[in-house]
Parts: sequence; structure tokens; C-alpha cells
Amino acid sequence: MRTLYPFHGGIHPASNKAQSNHKPIAQAALPSRLVIPLHQHVGNSAKPVVEIGQCVLKGQIIGAPEGHVSSAVHAPTSGVIAAIDMQPVAHPSGIPDLCITLIPDGNDEWIAREPCDDWKALAHTDLRHRLRAAGVVGLGGAAFPSDMKLYAHKHKIKTLVLNGAECEPYITCDDLLMRERAAEILQGAEIMCALLYAEEVLIGIEDNKPEAIAAMRAAVLDGKYERMEVVAVPTIYPGGGAKQLIRVLTGIEVAAGVRSTNLGVQCFNVGTAYSTWRAIRHGEPLISRIVTVTGNVGQPQNFEALLGTPVNELVAQAEQLPDTRGYIMGGPMMGIRLPSAQVGVIKATNCLIAMSDSLFPPALPALPCIRCTRCVDVCPAELQPQELFWFAQSKNLLKAQEYHLFDCIECGACSYVCPSNIPLVEYYRFAKSEIWAQETSKKAADAARERHEYREQRIEREKQEKAEKLAAKEKAALDAKAQKSASPPPTPLPPAGEGASVSDAPVDADPEDTMHLKIQAAIDHAKQQAAGSKPGNTEQLTPQQQAEIAEIDARRTRIRELALSSVNEHTKE
Amino acid sequence: MLSALLVMAAIAIALGAVLGFAAIKFHVEGNPLVEKIDAVLPQTQCGQCGFPGCKPYATAIAEGVADINLCPPGGEEGIHKLADLLGVDFKPFGGDTTPKPKAVAFIDENNCIGCTLCIQACPVDAIVGAAKQMHTIIAAECTGCELCVAPCPVDCIDMVKIAENISNWKWKYPVYALTPSK
Amino acid sequence: MPGFFSPFITKPDSVSQIMLKVLLALIPGIALYVWHFGPAILVSITLASLTALATEALMLRLRNRPIAPFLKDNSALLTGWLLALSIPPLAPWWLVVIGTAFAISVSKHLYGGLGNNPFNPAMIGYAVLIISFPVQMTQWLSPHGMGSVELGFIEQLNYIFLGVFPEGIKLDALTMATPLDTLKTQLHLDGQIREILDMPIYGRLAGHGSEMVAAGFLLGGLYLLATRIISWHIPVVYLGTLFAVAGLFHLLDPAHYVEPLFHWFSGAAMIGAFFILTDPITSPTTHKGKLIFAFGAGLLTYLIRAFGGFPDGMAFATLLMNICVPLIDAYTQPKVFGKKGQKS
Ligand code: SF4
Ligand code: SF4
Repeated sequence: MRTLYPFHGGIHPASNKAQSNHKPIAQAALPSRLVIPLHQHVGNSAKPVVEIGQCVLKGQIIGAPEGHVSSAVHAPTSGVIAAIDMQPVAHPSGIPDLCITLIPDGNDEWIAREPCDDWKALAHTDLRHRLRAAGVVGLGGAAFPSDMKLYAHKHKIKTLVLNGAECEPYITCDDLLMRERAAEILQGAEIMCALLYAEEVLIGIEDNKPEAIAAMRAAVLDGKYERMEVVAVPTIYPGGGAKQLIRVLTGIEVAAGVRSTNLGVQCFNVGTAYSTWRAIRHGEPLISRIVTVTGNVGQPQNFEALLGTPVNELVAQAEQLPDTRGYIMGGPMMGIRLPSAQVGVIKATNCLIAMSDSLFPPALPALPCIRCTRCVDVCPAELQPQELFWFAQSKNLLKAQEYHLFDCIECGACSYVCPSNIPLVEYYRFAKSEIWAQETSKKAADAARERHEYREQRIEREKQEKAEKLAAKEKAALDAKAQKSASPPPTPLPPAGEGASVSDAPVDADPEDTMHLKIQAAIDHAKQQAAGSKPGNTEQLTPQQQAEIAEIDARRTRIRELALSSVNEHTKE
Repeated sequence: MLSALLVMAAIAIALGAVLGFAAIKFHVEGNPLVEKIDAVLPQTQCGQCGFPGCKPYATAIAEGVADINLCPPGGEEGIHKLADLLGVDFKPFGGDTTPKPKAVAFIDENNCIGCTLCIQACPVDAIVGAAKQMHTIIAAECTGCELCVAPCPVDCIDMVKIAENISNWKWKYPVYALTPSK
Repeated sequence: MPGFFSPFITKPDSVSQIMLKVLLALIPGIALYVWHFGPAILVSITLASLTALATEALMLRLRNRPIAPFLKDNSALLTGWLLALSIPPLAPWWLVVIGTAFAISVSKHLYGGLGNNPFNPAMIGYAVLIISFPVQMTQWLSPHGMGSVELGFIEQLNYIFLGVFPEGIKLDALTMATPLDTLKTQLHLDGQIREILDMPIYGRLAGHGSEMVAAGFLLGGLYLLATRIISWHIPVVYLGTLFAVAGLFHLLDPAHYVEPLFHWFSGAAMIGAFFILTDPITSPTTHKGKLIFAFGAGLLTYLIRAFGGFPDGMAFATLLMNICVPLIDAYTQPKVFGKKGQKS
């Protein structure tokens, strides 16, 4: 028996998995259209490489990875590109993003694939390249490009953790995948293991999935994988969080901002291992995934759905009940409420939950925090959520960071237990994004300051250079004069100091004059130009607009005056 | 009583002397406060505060001649930071200064005559172009100060608001009424 | 918008349920109180409850906060009950009303209401009363069969509300000093512990009757522990410290320092350990902090009882430790996940 290292805290919400885990995975019907977002993964958005009206084949690249961290997007079936435009996507903001709309032609005709019978013959870079081209990303929810995670120096990584814990309520897609396709998961894990030079593979599955554990154990025996072990871990939320599962299986704690590879572990979802196998062995890009459709539906079930399948078409196949008032993508603890029923399934969509008032009663009003520390008791990151809440609420971002805000994994356990019904995680998300925004604008401000200072210096330098040039000219002229008047008479020669001031004065005055002249010329020129081309659109202005214009003009003149006066002062000094 | 007073006075004088000495001894050249204030300002260099750039405004604040609520690009957030830094109370924007949404300048390249006037106006060198050549704005470097708009003789520069998109979207501050949602 | 962002499910638990369970846990103690001292305590509890609710509503109104959700949270009720239990049951009605109103308005709402009060409101109410009305606050009823006369319920009501006694009965005849008080006075008079404890007001462990009430609170406290409303840290360390310090002094000088169990079962030690110190709002949130807090409170309680001017030190110990809570919290922040090896 392996020693497990339980993590602190955790909760036991009603699992609600029984509804959907007793039926096999069904093939979802071909939808009427597919809405495929180009940004389904962590990193840069993919760049569309097809045109409207173009016919594409199943598996053809329609979005190419752009930049280092990015992933490809493929046509899930053959058909015609109907649109490339902004569509609602699964994002908490509800802001639309660039999507490709594909109308299937019904033939489901594959593009030429490149299967590989013996992946061991391929170089590691080649394998990674294939994964990137196949658009394989983490299917557990984070959607990080997998090729990026499958890179390690020899013997740096000891353990590959395969995550089949699936701790969130309602979700059963990994459960079913493990029951039905265990062998392929393990084959994928073997590729990953080889790429990472890992010594062992630990497959963590929560003990509320005995069938999956049995199926995976049988597959390990069948395949004679000596370095793999299926470990039943206690059922507790968020035991399926990567950090928590790594801790349970290996005792290693990965703090925020630390790469688990540096500690000798890497973690992948079982679904990712499966698609890795499909991509390498069969040359199939990631174009479909298993989605649990559950909640307020008559026939909760898992579907193998094409990416881009509109949510309403998929949920309809599970017989959506009439009082549905919305959908959650993901689980009830960390999922996203969808802004529209037309949003397409993406690589990270593990579950769709139809919401009804009886399943998800509206949130109760929040009361002040009573410092009961129930949140502390359940926080898997061992934070003090009530303190974080206090600081986030008062927008004391510095303090919040001091109290390890960024170690919060947003699991929602604290909000779940809070007797005051405070939406704690929302405060943390707010504080985090506020800090990020401030950092970005700080960086922008610093860059602007640098550029501004550089510019001032440059202007100063140019001025000086001009002055020096003039001085040189002056001197040359003087020298010439001096040479002309052969031997200098002793009396008119001014004392050294005076001479300097005499020769200095024009040098100082001259560039100023030329500057002023130039400025004046430029201004005159601009005035002429401006007179020539009257600002358009000024005929029908409301008084308010006119007032605004007048105000802006006044401000501009003032600034100009100020700027000029300060320039003058500057030059006088 | 008298002796107590004398002792107190002596202590006060001694401490005053120490302070005075420290002030001379540890006198710092330049004004670090200006630097600190400048670090908080958004460096838009737009002059909307009435000073020709952020540094002059910072100097003015440090000297006590300018209020802290004159910088629209900094937003209320900026006023809060200045208030914290200077240990004064927060002050909302005055009547005629209001924060504006972030924007970048955009040159209508069809109308640009290549006069370079905007290049000279740009405080952060965010405009590229040469005489008689079409100019364009490096959006990433543009601070949205609007200083290039006025000099343009053909009015071909527009300020374009930066729209909210998925990558710059921020989580909102949760606001909850204390009554059950119906 | 509530319910628009994850998590979409919450545990069915609420502040008002927590407070309700705490109120329930007080009932065994109250029942024993009635059994030993008569029903007068019920009157003051009712009075305190009504005052607490009325003051709470008034303050919410003045502060322009919604009234219903806060009235339903039961926290004002709890303050009222705790205060009523710490003042003499036969106190005149205005004493209860003033104490409760002060506790709710000044020490709770002037600090920002629920969740924001640094001091335990009930203890503030108690402290104000004992300083302002020391005479009324020390007229404790004698337990059944102890006093020279006893009043019926109606007669008690008459006294509480109208201040009149039946012909020929004086207040002195009904009340007596508390066991802790008596101990203190007797020790001052050079009494020996052995002899003092032989006085009729003392029972098996501590005061006759009051020891049973304390036992009732202990029972309620165990219920709170079992239902995880409170954690073990504060009660265990508080009672432990009290026991250890009292035991130490008792061992050194048994003639002048009473044994530790006496301290446990007299005064407000039990109700304090389980119901007052454990008030989450005014106690530390970290485990280490709770230990320090409870240790300090235990030590102070003993020191005030043994050497201070007031017979019971519970209330002042609580208030003194309440002041330290933010400091204790700030200095006892635990290491977070993944950062245990590092220095903070
Ligand atoms: S669970 Fe809620 S009420 Fe309790 S301490 Fe945490 S935030 Fe405060
Ligand atoms: S959401 Fe963050 S603070 Fe809350 S329990 Fe999870 S990790 Fe802890």
C-alpha cells in the first residue's frame, strides 16, 4: 500500500455523479453548425488560416498556432467556412471573441492523416511537434498546450501524475473515459512518460469510481506496464486539483509561481493522455472530446462531441427539461456560466450542466464575515480566506498579496462553506485581476517614462551638438579672420575671460534663434495648412460639443503657453 | 515645578538640535519625493493636469502648489495612491477634470501629408515616419495623451478608445445587496 | 450579480443557524439555573432578548442598513442571553435594559455592527454595569434552601419591575455574595480555605447550586464542540491554564489558595470558556492565535480572581485579550501550502 499525503481542508459536496455515469459514452449527432473559438487554450490565440466560403476537410488546420505558447485549431468535420467573426464564448466576461463558424457538409471526410505505428522511432522533438500540430492541450480545464509541458531534461522528472481524480460534482467524463478507453490512456501515458524521462507513472483516481479504478488496473496488468500504478485516493474536493493530487500522491507541495517540473513531478489529465495517443498513433488532431451533459436534463449522459458543437444542440440530445434557465460549463464549483446557449464546446469543456432554480437555488444575501474560520478549515491552500476577503473588500491589494492571494487556486471551497454566504472567490478574482492590471499599467508607465526621458535627452543632445557645430564654425571664422590680420595688435585683444564670453554669447543665442525660427516656421506652416483644410464635421455641433471643443482648445493653448514658458526659462538658465 | 519645566525645555532643545543636525547631515540632494510621485503618475505626458508633463506635475505636487486630483488618466485609483503616498485625504476629481477611458491615437493614413509635426509633439516617440512620408502610430507605445492631435495641420489624427476585450477585461468588484435576489 | 459566478452551490449553513445552536447549547445551564435559583433568570433573559432585538433594529435603522436579515441572524439574541446570565437575576429591570442596550448600541453597532466589533458586547455590557452599579450587580439570589426567605415568582416580578417587596422582607435577606466573593472576603478576614469551604453556601466543588449551573454550561459546551460550532483550542487551553495556575498556587499554599476545580466551577469560567471567549468575532482566527488568546485569558482570570479587586476576572480577562486579537492574528499567520520550508 502506498502512503498517501492528504492535503489540508477540502469539502464533501453532494457528488451528483450517479445521474450520468451509468450509461456508456454516446456519439453526439452531427450539429447543424460548429462555432469554433480560436482561443481555446492558454497562450496566444490561434490565427485563422482559412477564408469565408472555403471548403475544409475534417482535421484540416483552420487556426494556426501563433507564437511560443499557442495551439492549433482544426476543422472537426468537413464542410464550408461560413463566418470568421466575433461570437459569444465561454468566458466569465461574456465578451465575444473570434470564432470560425463551420457548416458541416455531412460527409465527415478526413484530410490525409499521418499515423505512426512505432512512435518510439520518432525523435522527441518530432513527437512534440506532432502534438503541437494536432492541437493537443490539457483537457482537465486549464487547456495548457501539452507539448510545452512535455519537455524535460533527462532525469529531472521522477513522477508523472495522471489525474483521473475528477473531484468536482456532476462531472463523469473522465470516469467514463477510463472505464471504456483505459488501454489507450495508458499508451498515451507511456509516450508522455518517455518524453519526460519519468521513472514512474502514478494514476490517481478518487475512490468513488471503483469501476474506473478496476478498468485502469486491468489495463495496467494487460499492458504489463511495470512503472505504472493506479492509486485510489480519498474522495474529497478539490482532490483533483493538480497541486492537491501531486501532494496526495507524492507529498510534494507546489507553491504558486513554482513549476512542478522543478520539483520532479508533472501532471496530466487522463483525457490529455488519451488525445496524445490518438494524435501520435492515428495522426488525429484534437477535434472532439467527451462531455458530460447533466443537471436539469431527462437523460444525463456522456457524449463524444465535436469541438464547436453549440451547447443547446448538445444539451437537447440529453433531453433538456423546460425550466432550464442557463448552463454551466465545467463543474458547479469552478465552472463558468455561459453567456449564451449558442456557445460552442471547446477543448476545456468537460461538462455542461443545465441549471434550474431547484438544482441551483439563487444565492442568499451575504452577511458580514463573522470570522468563524470555517473557510480556513477547508482551504486546500492553507490560506486565511477571511483575511484575504477583508483586504480584497477594502481594496488593500498590497496586504492581500502579503497574505498569499496568489496561492489561492480559486477552488471555491471557502465560498461553499461560508455561513455568511460571502462570494469570497469573487473578491479574490477581483483583487487578482486588479493587481495584474495595475502591474501592466505600471509597466506601461515605466516604459513611457523611459521613452520620454530618452526623448528629452536626445533633444538636449541635439541642441548641444548643434551648438558645438556652430561654435566650431564661429571659431573657424574667427581663426580665418585672425590669420587675415596677420599679427594681432596687443591692445584690442580682450582678456581671456571676456573673449570666452564674447565667443560664447552667439553660440548660446544662435541655436535658440534658429530653434525659434524653425518653430515659428513650422507653426506658420501648420497654420497655413490648417487654414487650408478646415476641420470637417463642424457645421452641426450641439452647444455642448462646442463647449467641449472650446474647453479643449483653451486647455491646449494653456499647455502650449506653459510649455513655451518653461522652454524659455530653460534656455535662459 | 520650575526644575521640571527646565528639564523639559532642555530635552526639547537637545532633541531639536539632534533633529537639526540630522537634517543637515543626512540631507539628500534632489527631491526623492518628486521621484516617488512621478512613479505613481501614469506617464501619459498629456498635460491635462495643466503642467507640461508628468514630472513637472510631480514637482508641483511636491512643492505643494498643485492638488492631487488633476490627473485624469490616473483615474481615482491614481488619486488614492497619491493620497496614500502623501498622507493626505482622498479628493475626488474637481468639476472640470474627469477620468477618460483609455485611448490610443490613430492616424488616418490617407490624409497624412508627412509634415512631422505630430512626431515633434509626441512625448514618448510613439510616432514613426519621416518628412513627406506617411506617419503611423505605434499603438503599444502610445500613452493616449492627445498631444499630437492639435498640431496636425490636416486633422487626420483621431483618438480611438481601447475597447474592453477578453485579454484586458477585469473582474468587477462584487456588489451585493443585502436583500434576497428575487 | 449573485449566483452568476462559481461556485454555484453552497453548504446549507448560516450565521443564524450557528447562533441558534449556541443559544440551544445554553439551555441546560439555564434549566439548572432555574432549578436552583428560581425562575427570576427567565425574566431577565426575556427582558434582555427584547431589549437586544429592539436596540438592534433601532441601530440598523439609524445606520440605514436592512433590518430583517440582521435581526434574523440571532446574534443580538445571543448577546442578550449572555449578558442576562452574567448579571444577578433579581436585578431591577432597568439594569438589564441599560446593560443590553449599551452592549448592542455602543460596543456592537458603533463599531460597524455584526462582525466588526473588537470587544465581546456582552462583556462590555457587564463591565459597564459592574463599574456603574456595583451594588445592584452584587445582589445575587441565594440558591433554594439557603436564604432565610424565598420569594414566589410573582413577588420576584414585583421586585424586578416595581422595586417593591412583600411586607417585612428586605433585599438582604434574599441575596448573598457569590461563592467567589465570599471566598475573597473571608480570605481577607484571615480565614483558612478549609473552614471557608465548610460554609453552607459551598457545595461539592464550588458554590452550592452555581456549580451545577456551571456543569450545565459544560454540557452545552461539549455539544458545541461535538457539532463543530467551536474548536477545542480555546476552551481546552483556557480551562487548562486556569487549572494549572490555580493548581500551582494551591500546591504552594493550600491554606490560602483554593483548589483548581473550584475555579472551574465557580463564576463565569465555564460559560466563558465555551460561550464567551469562543465568540468568533472577537477571538483570533489562527490556531496558534487561539492558543495564545486562551492562555492569556486563563492567566488573567486567575490573577484577577486571586489578586485583583473584582471577585470574578472572566469579563475583564476577555476584554483585555480582545484588545490583543488583531496583534495575535497578525503574528501567528501560518505558512501556506508549498511554502512551509521557507522563511516568511
Ligand atoms: S467562512 Fe465566511 S464568515 Fe466564516 S470566517 Fe470565512 S469568510 Fe468569514
Ligand atoms: S478559493 Fe482560494 S481561498 Fe478559497 S478555499 Fe480555495 S484556495 Fe482557499
